[in-house]
Amino acid sequence: MKIHEYQAKVLFRQVGVPVPEGYPAFSVAEAIEVAKKLPGPVRVVKAQIHAGGRGLGGGVKVCKTMEDVEEKAGQILGMMLKTHQTGPHGQLVRRLYIEAGADIRRELYLGMLLDRDTGRIVVMASTEGGMSIEDVAHNTPEKIYKEWADPRVGLQGFQARKLGFKLGLSAKAVGAFTKLLLNLYKLYIEKDCSLVEINPLVITGNDEVIALDGKVNFDDNGVFRHPDIVAMRDLDEEDAAEVEAGKYDLSYVHLDGNVGCLVNGAGLAMATMDILKTFGAEPANFLDVGGGATAEKVTAAFKIILSDRRVQAIFVNIFGGIMKCDTIAEGVIVAAKEVGLDRPLVVRLEGTNVELGRKLLAESGLPIINASDMKDGAQKAAAAAKKFAETGAVA
Amino acid sequence: MAVLVGKQTRLLVQGITGTAGAFHTRQCIAYGTNVVGGITPGKGGQKFDDTVPIFNTVAEAMAATQANATMIFVPPPFAAEAIMEAADAGVELLVCITEGIPVLDMVRAQTYLQGLRADGKNVRLIGPNCPGIITPGECKIGIMPGHIHKPGHVGVVSRSGTLTYEAVGQLTALGLGQSTCIGIGGDPVKGTDFIDTLELFQNDPDTHAVIMIGEIGGSAEEAAAAWVKANFTKPIIGFVAGLTAPPGRRMGHAGAIISGGTGTGQGKIAAFEAAGIAVAPTPADLASTLLKVWKR
Repeated sequence: MKIHEYQAKVLFRQVGVPVPEGYPAFSVAEAIEVAKKLPGPVRVVKAQIHAGGRGLGGGVKVCKTMEDVEEKAGQILGMMLKTHQTGPHGQLVRRLYIEAGADIRRELYLGMLLDRDTGRIVVMASTEGGMSIEDVAHNTPEKIYKEWADPRVGLQGFQARKLGFKLGLSAKAVGAFTKLLLNLYKLYIEKDCSLVEINPLVITGNDEVIALDGKVNFDDNGVFRHPDIVAMRDLDEEDAAEVEAGKYDLSYVHLDGNVGCLVNGAGLAMATMDILKTFGAEPANFLDVGGGATAEKVTAAFKIILSDRRVQAIFVNIFGGIMKCDTIAEGVIVAAKEVGLDRPLVVRLEGTNVELGRKLLAESGLPIINASDMKDGAQKAAAAAKKFAETGAVA
Repeated sequence: MAVLVGKQTRLLVQGITGTAGAFHTRQCIAYGTNVVGGITPGKGGQKFDDTVPIFNTVAEAMAATQANATMIFVPPPFAAEAIMEAADAGVELLVCITEGIPVLDMVRAQTYLQGLRADGKNVRLIGPNCPGIITPGECKIGIMPGHIHKPGHVGVVSRSGTLTYEAVGQLTALGLGQSTCIGIGGDPVKGTDFIDTLELFQNDPDTHAVIMIGEIGGSAEEAAAAWVKANFTKPIIGFVAGLTAPPGRRMGHAGAIISGGTGTGQGKIAAFEAAGIAVAPTPADLASTLLKVWKR
């Protein structure tokens, strides 16, 4: 789960990570009102969307007068902000953050995430603040310093000092950096984070250390114990179809292709996307209905897939293990009848009670295209999508 | 014998009275697995289905049954603790089926297991978020459909449950049985990984060839490829799911995510090929690709 920068900074303040004074605003009038609370004269108007690269996309503006704040807030609020993380259409800006300007002497990078190779939380710090850390890792990996936290004792002060001195900070700044970093680690652990990133972390003219930006992501498996974090969720920033799928406990990711997929199991769902591509189609989604798929879940999945008008065919690919194929077939029939099948449906069933499942589908009267195996199904789905695009035929 | 589990396995089930735990315990018993006890705190002294004794703690169950393996169906908030409880009680093989365990819980549980091993205890975790492990015809621990398997000599290791079933289904259809099939799970922090499993298969005389199924996210496939090149002498093929997955999106499994340009399917396939591991072009070609490299 992701949150906005201004929400991340609320959490930073709670644990004692210094941030500039700032306030969220949902309208231009509100932006002006909160800007007046700031000392000035320099104020920064920042677009709040769940994507990085906002500055380069024109979503962050430094203002020297109140008139400037009004003008820039008006420009940014409601714009379609395009960054390297938003996709080509961009993301609508609905919220702003108005922040006091900072006296920037140096810009650093600080990040924290799970290192899968060691199974520990790794802290990464770099002198190359304000740049994409992926680019730094690729071009100048020697400029990234790392420390791993031992889960039994947590991140230690000496580790923070090692990083601070490697970054070339003054003794005073190392003290402030150490305090900030240990507080940030505390936040990571207490709130079940999956990523905490400050880019840039700023050293001011007075050798103070402050978080000029803040990105905090949470482990989806851990948010159940943090109602305060769940309350920060902004559904406007998420794909509507993915939000709907979440209500039915369906694992769904919206993609750009033309063949909708309904599969059991995450690995098989990914492999289904891949094999469609082999036959010249593009997957419209990733969808894992899970092991305990009911008719209700299958129906919900169908509705979500069909709500995407780019979908020109649906490929149901089920390897029924414990899940019986006749149960899946019943779900497919109920769903297809309820939703109204206006696009081709290819079904591949394998596993327990497969004969009964195929019989039910055949007797349903629905124009279902049967597939003998996964390859056959992918081929037929790709062909059906092409035919539908050309002629509108569903079978 | 095959690897890790067989006729000698004496299994406990943690969370035996929950819906999923009860259902799959019955399936395992029906397959022939020797389930010697279950654990549900507060239900000690009762019997599951009038036959399997239930205990309040794993320590009590161990004292009474001398089990050597446990299958964990405990809900996510308590599952990592269940892993540690079993390890503390001296169970040697822990198979955790539970999906959705908070990552930081697993970070702590892993460290706890490492500490026990450093103290000389023999403990191995499979999972979490996995289908389990099966030695066909002998012992099934987990949620995989037993009937698609057949005793034989192909080892299967996979991060995905349903893709393991695909592999097994194709092998059995061609008359090729399996020695042991291990689902190592889809989480980013897990117990047994590819290399651990390949090491077992390399040393197992019953395993003559191996299918290894990976997916996007992390670098376990790349590490396994390098290990295979240096150490593995049996015929082996690979597959990687998620070539069409967009970067930065989690594809169902908590661990299936391309981040910062690492963990791509293309990179994993390149690593397999560089190590001389043939890669199945589609998931429908797993068994047929193995037959191409396995001269029996």
